[in-house]
Amino acid sequence: MASATETQTAVAQAAEHGANAGGGLAIDPMHQFKVHSLLDLKIGGLDMSFTNASLWMVITVAVVSLVLLLGSNKMVPGRLQSVGELAYEFVSGMMRDVLGDTGRAFFPLIFTLFMFVLGANMLGMVPYSFTVTSHIIVTFGLAAAIFIGATVVGFAKHGLHYLKLFVPSGVPSVLLPLLVVIEVISYFTRPISLSVRLFANMMAGHTMLKVFAGFVVAMGFLGGWAPLAMMVALTGLEILVAFLQAYVFAVLTCIYLNDAINMH
Amino acid sequence: MPQLDFSTFSSQLIWLAITFSALYILIARVALPRIGGTIEQRSDKIANDLDRAQSMKDDVDKAIASYEAALADAKSKAHAIAQETREKLSAEIESERVRVDDEIAVKIADAEKAINAMKTKAMGEVNKIASDLAGEIVSDLTGTKATSASISKAVASAASKS
Repeated sequence: MASATETQTAVAQAAEHGANAGGGLAIDPMHQFKVHSLLDLKIGGLDMSFTNASLWMVITVAVVSLVLLLGSNKMVPGRLQSVGELAYEFVSGMMRDVLGDTGRAFFPLIFTLFMFVLGANMLGMVPYSFTVTSHIIVTFGLAAAIFIGATVVGFAKHGLHYLKLFVPSGVPSVLLPLLVVIEVISYFTRPISLSVRLFANMMAGHTMLKVFAGFVVAMGFLGGWAPLAMMVALTGLEILVAFLQAYVFAVLTCIYLNDAINMH
Repeated sequence: MPQLDFSTFSSQLIWLAITFSALYILIARVALPRIGGTIEQRSDKIANDLDRAQSMKDDVDKAIASYEAALADAKSKAHAIAQETREKLSAEIESERVRVDDEIAVKIADAEKAINAMKTKAMGEVNKIASDLAGEIVSDLTGTKATSASISKAVASAASKS
């Protein structure tokens, strides 16, 4: 069974290489997003192969936990400890601003989300690495879990009153049905907007970097400097985006949780 | 687009769940309590130190206040002692002065008495000499003896006239 899939992927890879060789662009900007299995695993017909994506998830967890755990816990912090404390204060302050003090129980979750997405985004900036968050299924998995979780929290806390979230107050009754429909749609598109925002940002940025990198190679030693300079600037921008998207992801999660806990 | 390769979805989701849960457990159980504990400990220590500094400042203020009170007390005491001494001394001086004045007055009175006595004595002598002299002059001039009584009467009237 395993060997059959292996030959299949091998054939597919060979075919792709052939297509690339014959195609126009020498560098395929989407190749960096390719998921390939490092260790085939199948449990009860469910494919859970250890892929390069899985490897980089593990690396993300390892790097994040090393950063957080290797720091000392002295009165006067060192550099690594400062990083951990900075992240702690940052997420804690952000949560206090958005959620108030009601949602302290979710602090570990929000902190983990922020650190995981930030770690994955930042590690994606390392050349030859794989960007975990550039895959819609990963971001959608996170967003769907947040969405379901927030909805469950909302119903658990408010019961059926949680449905009042869809009924804006102080609206003329003529407009109400329309507004309820809009509210419901906006509620249910939350996981989609949350996941697509992160995935699209990561994918677009990395694709753009790869395209410019292709230009550097294509324009040669004399002409390649302009796109190279552009790449340096874009790399800076992408690092900013990597941080910003992690922040946005965490903030939006807090806002959704706020809706669930405090309603409007 | 490799992102739409559905065959990788199950593996990605499963590994996402595994790795994310692992990170969550690690962060919730180990990392956050450690970092949060350190931060809390630090703010506690800072608050403690501030408290201690405040209580020390209070002690210093109290010490300064008691020092100033003692100083003021000593000053007023010294003042009282000085006042008392001054009063005692001036009273002593006054009584001494009165005593000396009395003594002087007594001495003056004695002296005046002595002078008066001497004066009357001298005057008596003068009268006697004058009447003797007058008797002799009278006898020399007239050859008759005047009575001593008339002579002394004449001398007394002459003395009172002069």
